[in-house]
Amino acid sequence: MSIAAALPAGGHHAPSAGPAPSSRSKFTPYFLLLPAGLALIVFYVLPTLTLATTSLQTGSLEQGYTLTWHWPTYGEVLSQYWPQFARSFGYAAGATILALLIAYPLAYTIAFKAGRFRTLMLTLVVAPFFTSFLIRTLAWRQILADEGPVVSFMKATGLMHLTDALGMTQGRVLATGLAVVIGLAYNFLPFMTLPLYNSLEKIDRGLLKASEDLYANSWTTFWKVTWPLSLPGVVGGTLLTFIPAAGDYVNQQFLGTISNTMTGNAIDSLFLQQRQYPQAAALSLVLMVAIIVLVSVYVKRAGTEELV
Amino acid sequence: MTTAMAPGREAPVTVTGTGLQVRGLVKQYGTFTAVDGIDLDVPEGSFFALLGPSGCGKTTTLRMVAGLEDPTAGAIYIDGDDVSRRRAYQRPVNTVFQNYALFPHLSIFENVAFGLRRRRQQNIKKSVMEMLELVELAHLAERKPTQLSGGQQQRVAVVRALVNKPQVLLLDEPLGALDLKLRRQMQLELKKIQTEVGITFIHVTHDQEEAMTMADTIAVMNAGHVEQLGQPAQLYENPVSVFVANFLGQSNLLRGTISGRDGDWVTAATSAGTIRIPAARCSANGADCLVGVRPEKIQVEEIGTAAATVPSGHNSVTGRVSDASFIGVSTQYQVTVAGGQELTVFSQNTGTALVRPGTDVVLHWDALHTFALDGSQDVRSGMDDPEAQ
Repeated sequence: MSIAAALPAGGHHAPSAGPAPSSRSKFTPYFLLLPAGLALIVFYVLPTLTLATTSLQTGSLEQGYTLTWHWPTYGEVLSQYWPQFARSFGYAAGATILALLIAYPLAYTIAFKAGRFRTLMLTLVVAPFFTSFLIRTLAWRQILADEGPVVSFMKATGLMHLTDALGMTQGRVLATGLAVVIGLAYNFLPFMTLPLYNSLEKIDRGLLKASEDLYANSWTTFWKVTWPLSLPGVVGGTLLTFIPAAGDYVNQQFLGTISNTMTGNAIDSLFLQQRQYPQAAALSLVLMVAIIVLVSVYVKRAGTEELV
Repeated sequence: MTTAMAPGREAPVTVTGTGLQVRGLVKQYGTFTAVDGIDLDVPEGSFFALLGPSGCGKTTTLRMVAGLEDPTAGAIYIDGDDVSRRRAYQRPVNTVFQNYALFPHLSIFENVAFGLRRRRQQNIKKSVMEMLELVELAHLAERKPTQLSGGQQQRVAVVRALVNKPQVLLLDEPLGALDLKLRRQMQLELKKIQTEVGITFIHVTHDQEEAMTMADTIAVMNAGHVEQLGQPAQLYENPVSVFVANFLGQSNLLRGTISGRDGDWVTAATSAGTIRIPAARCSANGADCLVGVRPEKIQVEEIGTAAATVPSGHNSVTGRVSDASFIGVSTQYQVTVAGGQELTVFSQNTGTALVRPGTDVVLHWDALHTFALDGSQDVRSGMDDPEAQ
């Protein structure tokens, strides 16, 4: 079999046989796609279909659920859980912006200024992954606690008045929206930093010299050359942060309160506590579609296909 | 016009005049000195070449003029102003980079307009299109750099710098990435552009032919300093160091001792006999010297033939042909002269018969073509650079 595969097409003994593709080699790419394709079908397409059918069922835990094509479930979950949706996307957007503000200077420093410390710094960026996600998120409860260092600092500098006025805090940080945003930004920071570093590191240093030679100071050079050339990293990093952050519920659970839950918390509660499977499924699908729509609009507007 | 000054930036002497002046320029990286006290005078509107092997400091010198490297010491004057402390974007110079460094995210038009936009110039569209027409690329204005060929990118890089009308245009091996045929074509084109715009060009190259074709003045650099500065023909005909004699073309160098001086002439004793050298072409400091003559200046005659009489005013030595290779346009002979030294001779193919190896010959050349270099130098200096081919 393997010998046959290695032979040229239809060539028993044709000496003049050119590089004609055999029917086997034509199918090779599909064979190579088979493992990933099967995994995708088993672990993605089938569960999504199950989710879709579940969302259209009616019934109860005691009587069992039957597929009745009950579409009004979608209207119900939307009208009931729109505040959770709003918070999901609001917190995720806030966390993405915060992560970008922290990660860009960090990635820039590693790519352009770190020199021989580059590998060490990159290792430090991913080092938090060596500790459990839950432990790290719980640690933020200490940091943001009412008597903790962050609150003391914000109170001492009067920053708390500002954030209170903006509705981000309520005389405390823990259990507010700000705490959830901080937790999300912290947890997804490496996913923002690494794509940014990757695209910054690829920028030809000669282009920065050329810009300086063409009368651009460092500030102008950054905005006219470095920033546009790093956009693929910005788009990649924001997607990798925003998408999981919008579906996250652990940060809210540990750092927020019952009054500022996100969609993920609602799904968690519907599915695991209230056992309302159709509602949970419908909410999951709505969240998924909403993220896909938002991301498509964003990618289209960012115009990454024009970037090199 | 130019006031001489001692190297070192604290010297309070100002240089007046147009063009570019470099005084006592030094660049050190740690303990390594890349540029070791360079002085240059580049008249306004001239085509100036910095020529040397890789690592001789020519590119570092250029980058210091551009402001892309900070000099350790020294001053750089453009039209009389010391610009050596100014940032690159504050200097009236522009650079054509070796790998072009075109901005990949901008169109050709925006690449060329980049410098004009930074300085908020008027009529940007008109200036850019005029420049693109100069190099016949106006129809590609909306393309991205990656959609252009190497030669087209090179021309965009040139006009992106030129459109700013700099006082000095710096070219850092701009033709290095092109193939030979395109390189020859671009050499002529660059020379033509320079004549048209009249801007001072400083061209860095390791290609001696390129430098001689294009430049009005060449500074030959070696190991961080200028070996010799002059017009191409002057450098070729009258090199003052072994490095220059070998780096520009090929030279025959015979070890000898200065044996006498008589007005305009110097005589040197070599193992092959006494040779006369014009005093103006003798740069030997002591008695030890290296007597030089270019291979194409030498005539080869078989001993015993009628033509073997040496014209008056010629130097002559006798020897035996050890090797002869017929190249077509010329024949290259290796001749071993008395004392065992070898001379190379390029003999024009003017119809005379080939001299066979083993034949005793007399070599003679016009004494005016002889030069003498200081004998303390390494005879092979400037010879073995692979890039100098």
